[in-house]
Amino acid sequence: MATNDFNADEIRKRKLRGKRRKSIREWFVFTGYLTPSLLGVLLFFFGPMLIVLVQSFQRSSTNTEFVGLKNYETVMNNQAFQSAAKNTLIFAGLAVPLAVLLSLFLALLLSSKIPGKSVFRSIMLNPMMVPVASIVLIWQVMFSYNGALNTYLGWFGVDKIDWMKSYWSRFVILILFLWKNLGYNMVLFISAIAAVPQEQLESAKMDGANAVKRFFSIKLPYLWPTIFFVGIMSLINSFKIFREVYLLSGDYPVDEIYMLQHFMNNMFSHLDNAKLTAAAIIMCIAMIIIVGILFIAEYRLGKDTEE
Amino acid sequence: MKKNEITPLQTLTKDTGAKNQSPSVREPDTHASIREVHANEIEIVRLSDEELAKLHEKGRSDARRRAKVRTVREKIFVTLGVILAVVVAIFALMPIVLTILDSFMSTDEIKTNYSAVFNSLSSASSESKVYLSSTPKLKMIPDMVSFSQYKTLLFLSPTYLLKFWNSVALVVPIVFGQIMVACLASYSFSRYRRKRREVLFFSYVILMLMPFQVTLVPNYLIANKLNIYNTWWSIILPGVFSTFSVFLLTKYMRQIPSSYIEAAKLDGANEWQIFTRISLPMCKSAVFAMAILLFIDYWNMVEQPLILLEDASKQPLSVFLSQINASEVGIAFAASFIFMIPPLLIFLYGEQYLVEGISRSGIK
Repeated sequence: MATNDFNADEIRKRKLRGKRRKSIREWFVFTGYLTPSLLGVLLFFFGPMLIVLVQSFQRSSTNTEFVGLKNYETVMNNQAFQSAAKNTLIFAGLAVPLAVLLSLFLALLLSSKIPGKSVFRSIMLNPMMVPVASIVLIWQVMFSYNGALNTYLGWFGVDKIDWMKSYWSRFVILILFLWKNLGYNMVLFISAIAAVPQEQLESAKMDGANAVKRFFSIKLPYLWPTIFFVGIMSLINSFKIFREVYLLSGDYPVDEIYMLQHFMNNMFSHLDNAKLTAAAIIMCIAMIIIVGILFIAEYRLGKDTEE
Repeated sequence: MKKNEITPLQTLTKDTGAKNQSPSVREPDTHASIREVHANEIEIVRLSDEELAKLHEKGRSDARRRAKVRTVREKIFVTLGVILAVVVAIFALMPIVLTILDSFMSTDEIKTNYSAVFNSLSSASSESKVYLSSTPKLKMIPDMVSFSQYKTLLFLSPTYLLKFWNSVALVVPIVFGQIMVACLASYSFSRYRRKRREVLFFSYVILMLMPFQVTLVPNYLIANKLNIYNTWWSIILPGVFSTFSVFLLTKYMRQIPSSYIEAAKLDGANEWQIFTRISLPMCKSAVFAMAILLFIDYWNMVEQPLILLEDASKQPLSVFLSQINASEVGIAFAASFIFMIPPLLIFLYGEQYLVEGISRSGIK
């Protein structure tokens, strides 16, 4: 009996040791696969981000005196930063919901019974592939003061509008943003719509639910995760609108489309390290808050649909 | 034995039978009372066979009419849908087609057509309003197809070609490097899922969500520290370690059924074999899609070269195209077209992968 107990104990111990050894080996193997990426990310992003955080509390890159939150105050009170932040937020606030709604609408259109769906899908996805720099000439021909759009509007007796140099510029870059991003979002939605269980739709149809009702009570709950994903991707892309603005209007566009990236470029060219680092940290925190809110909203909505 | 066994179906019928029996005892009573009531109130109509047939016919024709209305309504919807889709498609395609067609216009033709536009660009805004009489229109078809501007572009002005090669030299290493690094990392993230790893993965996601406005500052600092500022390395290296593709590829690899990997393990495969023989082949389309997305994104880059490259000679074509002035407008369209050829070719070749890759990235 005694020997048997001893043996069982020994076996259990060995098994445990073996497990531990196996898990340590696993850790080494998988960390090995991760190493190149992790080293690069630490060296080029997380590490320097810490330096940025430290420098944001210093007087300047040469004078490392600790100044507390003074840099943050200067940046927050800076007129250019305020208007840049405001413009970027306004743009994102307009562009993201519009991009989600319109692409969802297009996806529903291309999921219905119309012919030539795949051709339409290819065509609508095409703008995504075209570099901004290539297409900017046509936009200039279209939207400049002496451009084609004003000529066409002139036929209807509309006065010339200085599209890129008035408050209309916001509208113009919104169009450019939608032109470029709707296709990608639409493809995401099309696949999500295709994944909605067909039986439920059929039975709802038998019960006499019309298309609108079917959409809101059956499709929409399945689409929430995709809506969330598309929203986040559109948000990221809305920050890239700087490309269009820069290529159309250069370093100093009209006030309405002066973006955060313009502000940063100015700081870079002035080598104003204190403001630069503080602004980066502010934006980083703002971004984390926005994304956090989105994540929480998605979690809540996901819970609702599960019930 | 067998006779006594009761299948579930039998019990069911027995149950219902029992239930039916009890009310059936009372049934004659109730029916009789109902019949009495009806006899008092309603005159029972006897239909002849002809009338019955007529009624049937009427019902059938009603149904037919309703079906017709439905198909007509459906047709209207489909037509409206097609019209809408065509309008959107034209909106999507128009600028691209116009750029391509206009690139075949001779320099003179472009100048006569669009000079008002580009003169106003190069001069101050107040002066531009002098050109009130000029009314440029979008011109679809060139009066005469000309290739002279391509000749100028490709053989007589080396700057454009040089910038084109700059673009290639920046983008190709980033795409290949990032894909390789990301495949390894996402294999690790998909197979080893402990709590601390998940936290690390989440920080990768946060980093992916950060716009250039944030990440360029650390990139700039480290480029200065490593003495690679104003070289291509300052753009290539952060590009290689960007976490966007790690995020998407991990999402994919986590969708691979674990039974595949267990089976491979039982057959004695080591991790490297599982990685190269199972995980990679199974997300081939995702890797292709990722490569295409990365290529477009970096082919398109403006922010990084503006800040990290001081020398104009090192900048890619995407930045340079914005700096054309009125005198070069003639070849600018041709240059624009040449710049969009590589991504368009990739799109034509890899659209299937791209669509599949994008589609599956959205599904959780």
